[in-house]
Amino acid sequence: MATAAAAPGRARRGAPMYSKELTSKKRDEFEDILEERRLSSDLRYAMKCYTPVIYKGLSPCKPNAIKSAVLQSEQVQYVIKQLAKEMGESPDIIQEEATEILDEMGHRMQLGAVRFFAFTLSKIFKQLFQRVCVNEEGMQRLQHAIQEHPVVLLPSHRSYVDFLMLSYLLYTYDLALPVIAAGIDFLGMKIVGELLRRAGAFFMRRSFGGNRLYWAVFAEYVKTMLRSGYAPIEFFLEGTRSRTAKTLTPKFGLLSIVMEPFFKREVFDTYLVPISISYERILEESLYAYELLGVPKPKESTSGLLKARRILSDNFGTIHIYVGQPVSLRTLASGRISRCPYNLVPRHLPQKPSEDIQEFVSDVAYKMELLQIENMVLSPWVLVAALLLQNLPAMEFELLLEKTLWLKGLTRTFGGFIEWPDNLCAKKAVLSGLTLHSNIAQLVDGHVVLNDKGVEDGATGEIVFKRALAILMCATYRNQLLNVFVRPSLVALALQMTPSFRKEEVYSCFSFLRDVFSDEFIFFPGISLKDFEEGCFLLTKCDAIQTSQQEIYPTDKGSVTVSFLSAMFRPFVEGYQLIFRYLSKETKEAFTEKQFIPGVRNFVFQLLEKGVTQCYEALSSDMQKNALAALVQLGAVKKKKMSNGFTYNVNQEAVSKILDMFDARIPVQKPVAARL
Amino acid sequence: MAAAAGEAAGGGGGSPSSARRRLRIISGHLRGAPRAPGRGALSPSPCKAQGGSAGPASGSIPKKRQELLKWNGWGYNDSKFIFNKKGQAEFTGKRYRLGGMILPTFKEWIEKTFGASLEHKTTSRASLNVNDVPPSFVNEEFLQDLIATKISYSQDAEDRVFRAHGHCLHEIFVLREGMFKRIPDIVVWPVCHEDVVKIVELACKHNLCIIPFGGGTSVSSALECPEEEKRTIISLDTSQMNRILWIDEKNLTACVEAGIVGQDLEKQLAESGFCTGHEPDSMEFSSLGGWVATRASGMKKNIYGNIEDLVIHIKMVTPRGIVEKNCQVPRMSTGPDIHHFIMGSEGTLGVVTEVTIKIRPVPEYQKYGSVVFPNFERGVACLREVAKQRCAPASIRLVDNAQFQFGHALKPQVASIFTSFLDGLKKFYITKFKGFDPNILCVATLLFEGDREKVLQHEKQVYDIATKFGGLAAGEDNGQRGYMLTFVIAYLRDLGLDYYVIGESFETSVPWDRVLDLCRNVKERIVRECKEKGVQFAPLSTCRVTQTYDAGACVYFYFAFNYRGISDPIHVYEQIEKFLLNLASKVLSTSSEAPMLLRRAAREEILANGGSLSHHHGVGKLRKRWMKESISDVGLGMLRSVKEYVDPNNIFGNKNLL
Repeated sequence: MATAAAAPGRARRGAPMYSKELTSKKRDEFEDILEERRLSSDLRYAMKCYTPVIYKGLSPCKPNAIKSAVLQSEQVQYVIKQLAKEMGESPDIIQEEATEILDEMGHRMQLGAVRFFAFTLSKIFKQLFQRVCVNEEGMQRLQHAIQEHPVVLLPSHRSYVDFLMLSYLLYTYDLALPVIAAGIDFLGMKIVGELLRRAGAFFMRRSFGGNRLYWAVFAEYVKTMLRSGYAPIEFFLEGTRSRTAKTLTPKFGLLSIVMEPFFKREVFDTYLVPISISYERILEESLYAYELLGVPKPKESTSGLLKARRILSDNFGTIHIYVGQPVSLRTLASGRISRCPYNLVPRHLPQKPSEDIQEFVSDVAYKMELLQIENMVLSPWVLVAALLLQNLPAMEFELLLEKTLWLKGLTRTFGGFIEWPDNLCAKKAVLSGLTLHSNIAQLVDGHVVLNDKGVEDGATGEIVFKRALAILMCATYRNQLLNVFVRPSLVALALQMTPSFRKEEVYSCFSFLRDVFSDEFIFFPGISLKDFEEGCFLLTKCDAIQTSQQEIYPTDKGSVTVSFLSAMFRPFVEGYQLIFRYLSKETKEAFTEKQFIPGVRNFVFQLLEKGVTQCYEALSSDMQKNALAALVQLGAVKKKKMSNGFTYNVNQEAVSKILDMFDARIPVQKPVAARL
Repeated sequence: MAAAAGEAAGGGGGSPSSARRRLRIISGHLRGAPRAPGRGALSPSPCKAQGGSAGPASGSIPKKRQELLKWNGWGYNDSKFIFNKKGQAEFTGKRYRLGGMILPTFKEWIEKTFGASLEHKTTSRASLNVNDVPPSFVNEEFLQDLIATKISYSQDAEDRVFRAHGHCLHEIFVLREGMFKRIPDIVVWPVCHEDVVKIVELACKHNLCIIPFGGGTSVSSALECPEEEKRTIISLDTSQMNRILWIDEKNLTACVEAGIVGQDLEKQLAESGFCTGHEPDSMEFSSLGGWVATRASGMKKNIYGNIEDLVIHIKMVTPRGIVEKNCQVPRMSTGPDIHHFIMGSEGTLGVVTEVTIKIRPVPEYQKYGSVVFPNFERGVACLREVAKQRCAPASIRLVDNAQFQFGHALKPQVASIFTSFLDGLKKFYITKFKGFDPNILCVATLLFEGDREKVLQHEKQVYDIATKFGGLAAGEDNGQRGYMLTFVIAYLRDLGLDYYVIGESFETSVPWDRVLDLCRNVKERIVRECKEKGVQFAPLSTCRVTQTYDAGACVYFYFAFNYRGISDPIHVYEQIEKFLLNLASKVLSTSSEAPMLLRRAAREEILANGGSLSHHHGVGKLRKRWMKESISDVGLGMLRSVKEYVDPNNIFGNKNLL
């Protein structure tokens, strides 16, 4: 093999796997599944005859049979023997350990528990939500997929409701219930943990990188279920619930596990099904905001859950679930994977995936997330939130209506999936959004104002905190728009930051911004130029810019759009500037993550108190972590793994340089792509 | 060169004195073609029969091949499947056990499996259109030189066309419907080693291209002439070099001219009480030289070994001179074995003229057998165990359910009510009493050979293992029919072609732990590719595990589909026809071009599943594209450098392999 070095900006083999359909595509119609629940008996529904559609090659087996198959598998036995040899222990002891791991991990799916959930969830969902809308065609496609090949369900993750809802949905449509990879913390909840286990959840520890036995048992457990087509496997690419409603960058571990049986040709194919679940109002919205501001997340506990039952009286609007087109892994992999490495080693030996494979897994992960984003339903309220955040503290209602309609058009131009019934007038749409989200914003004297009660009295600190809380909650909704808007907006930002209109310079700036924000938004790796072209195309489509051979410049009537788009991302630019400033000047050269977050939070908090900045979003720990990760990627910060977590070393000079580029004090110096 | 296509032909009985009978049946087609007197006598004197072109043909294959063999299909002119006036399937001729028998359920099986209808028939043209045949260009000086050697030759159009191809689907398709772009300009028939030396010398002198031709059974496009070859192409037909030169009973070896075909070799050795035991499926037609040139494998390799185990000494004429070893010994440590440059060289280095091969006394006793397994997985597990215990009989094969059903469809009309009653009883026992699902079960066929007592002992051992894997003994008759099946299958393709059903076979070798995955995935890939290409009726996609080794197995696949049952019949029909013809011409034009897409997809699938490029068919031009991946850059370079030294002017320019 020639040395196809993975240079920065990775040159990828073959055609890029991801290319977005830019013409607005036809999407499926939605059906409300709660409608029927409101008309007929939940008990009868829970006790209905459930004969799910299953994989054609399935030989039925009990959860315990899977466990013993895993334990006896060559893969696990090999690792057990290796460890026994290395540690000088008897294999029996390690085998015992493996059994314990399996018992902790394994699900015990039982129809009884499923029926219990079917009943209670019917009650709860009807109470909480107005409608649960599903694209039925997607369900039909899923039904075919499940019969044909092993299926992996990849839903977006915004709430604990996600996996409950998805299982509920599959039960409703008589499909095989999935087994779900859940965090081990659920086991901390008495009864509930066990209930979830019986409903098909299996539990993984949050980090087990170093534990070879755990890894082997876990991987084999998942693969055994996949190979045998026991049940669809469900997990969250994002790894955890996104607290900001922005899609999180994907985790690769589980994805590479479920892809391996195909790489080794133990299965003919595997379907990956992106599923987009969007909430008009997220159940955990205020919890998230607190958490982002550093008020710790309450540990999962049953009593906590019981306390939370008061939210049952609240209204959380509509849920939209869009089951995407199943993607054949075989098709994705065709021509990309060299088969040699898997042919020359016995298949049961643990093998570190080659660079090619790692790159492929990462590409697939990003592709799946981008597909999730493409099909994520946006409610009118999302538009309102975006507008409101640019017009704080208050916005005239009529203007808001006008702007909302304008933004709706723009969003659709950019390919956003807005669920806005044809006959619904703007006023009704906005008002219903305001009613649902009265905790965030209210209509007062013909103005829509942010609901930051208690601002008048109390210490400045408290005022800042309350304000930040309201803004972060509001931002959660605006954020749903960002991944749809990010490419044209970064072009708009680059246009404003670049002194000239020369295309190359705008592109360098765009490319720089894309790199800086690579943890903040979802970009398919290695296609910076394509993203730029997409951004330019969309801006041209809405008449905001004009391009010539060499130049890009905003049109006269496009300046509104361009400044709106850049303002939309302004909080991120400013937030990153603050965080970079902190890192370049205010901190020691070496620190841990635990020191970093409070440090930067205090720094920003003080600036807010002094009124030097208005960038409340910089208080978000999510943004702070992403900014740090970006610097690590840009090479300005070194990340080192220590026994007690990660330690960071700042190259303050490098950070100031990046900061200068960000402030547009010095031009972005990046090698320009050969051809634009 | 002839490829040894697949495994052995079958037929014969299971009774103690059956060895002779079996041989008689295998060579039964010789009836009415008495051997020239005196040819049986063994003579070490070289080139006795030098007498110019008129020398009487002594082997089974005459110079005018078409007088005996189909010019546009497989096998003998008189043997083929037909639908008789009553619409029943029937196999004609008297050469095979199936000859003259009615196959009552076969028609239904075809209709059910392919959705084909007997009303839609397409027939090949009746004879070759001589006007289409590319003209022969032969340099006058060379011709004078050739005539001076008194070696028989021909520039006849038919002779040349019938040596321009092997038996790939696209080649047969071209014969039926089109014409090859490039064919040999002249055919020569050397009768001994010295003749070959003279021909190669002349070719070097005049810078001509030689393509050796043995039995013509290649399934790797190895015999197709490279279209861009501007020199005169000489087809060197070895069929008249077919004598056994001597038999050495003390060392159990025989020295044989390379043009002899399998059936003649076995028949003539049997007269002295010996056999080689090398029985590829094509043994009626493929030649010893072809086996050497393609690294052939025989059905009974478990007892006798594959060709590389059988060969003791090879004499090959190359443009550099003659290559051979100085002694005839079982093994030697003299650097890399030069035989391994020759075996599998596919006619790119020279012509194999004489081979000393191991022989064995004809076995005392032969017995067929069969075992039914509840499913394919259990069957494979059993074969693996048999291989592990190293107790594989002469042949052990496992056919999947589809092939089992196919075998069933080829069951001749039963002679008596009693047999049919017995059959019913057996079926009832297996499906109802033992609970085997007739749509899942699969069958292993066995062939034991050796001393009577040992065979019986061996048989018991194998059946005991089979029982552990849920296998049920299913009788000798089923086993025997199984072996017959692999052998008539080649005739079936011609019938299929008449009814818009096209089929092809291919093989691979694979480690034991991947056998099941490979079989499932390759079959599924075929089904899927057909679907994507718009083939409406699901194809027949079937496999059998056909050889077992310590470390793995050889798997043989068949696929066939009805290309008429397509949504837009006329359009797609034309499309596929065009597609096949295009493909054929492409293969002919640039040898590295893709052959049939489907087979290519299947091969890709095999390689991705850890299977080999070929177990015994060879590479030819059909599979060249994967050679680099198969043996690495350096490996390919090693082979190239051998070619460069041995044949710097590319006299042996068939462009195979490299």
